[in-house]
Amino acid sequence: MVNQVIFFYFAVVILASAILTITQKNPIHSVMFMLLLFFHIAGVFVLLNAEFLAAVQLIVYAGAILILYLFVVMLLNVDRESTAARANRFWPWMAGFGALIAAEVILLIARGTFPSEAGQQPMRLAGSGVKELGELLYQKYLVPFEVASIILLVGLVGAVMLAKKRASD
Amino acid sequence: MIPLSWYIILSAALFTIGIVGVLSRRNIFIILMSMELMLNAANINLVAFSHYSQTLTGQIFVMFVITVAAAEAAVALAIIILLSRNRGSIYVDEFNIMKG
Repeated sequence: MVNQVIFFYFAVVILASAILTITQKNPIHSVMFMLLLFFHIAGVFVLLNAEFLAAVQLIVYAGAILILYLFVVMLLNVDRESTAARANRFWPWMAGFGALIAAEVILLIARGTFPSEAGQQPMRLAGSGVKELGELLYQKYLVPFEVASIILLVGLVGAVMLAKKRASD
Repeated sequence: MIPLSWYIILSAALFTIGIVGVLSRRNIFIILMSMELMLNAANINLVAFSHYSQTLTGQIFVMFVITVAAAEAAVALAIIILLSRNRGSIYVDEFNIMKG
């Protein structure tokens, strides 16, 4: 019961801050609501017994990615923000389209059946969870782990190559 | 305890908000942030299924999603800086060089 109340609070704040993120005029305000969203998603992860992922969510998403966004938003001039239109001319169609998708998915979920037995108790792990996660990551999923490091390297080199000034400029 | 369908409904609603953000906003920053919203919706789904099937595989995949999101954000923000430097705008409906 207590868990359900906590989940309800997290869900309401997540959805409200998501809507505020995509409707704000100033991108800096959007980033701030995004920060609130990430904190509450980390809370949902804690509810799901994924404490390590909650920490990763806060450190990587809120600490690194969002700060990167904030830097670039502040680097570029936003003086046109107060006068320019927020949405493109198709936005009522797109909002209706989104509501249609949401209604369809929620209808499907409400009519479907889900196993109620599994997951009613905390995850049964031998240790703290971090150890199991590390073993899985370095043994069974070693090749995807290495591919992820290559993706990070490509992102690093690509960002530097794209953003550096050319000699002719 | 919390039923699995609650997590899926939360994730679907978050994903839909992300879709509406991508399709309807003009500012390219908000579009990128809406893409992050969609990735987070997928993450909630993965962690919920991981918990309900009592295995850790979903959590591993969330880590990969976060890695890809970090790389994507770095490259996309570099492209935005290039766009605003070369074309002087960050509004996507002003880029009509291909007459789309």
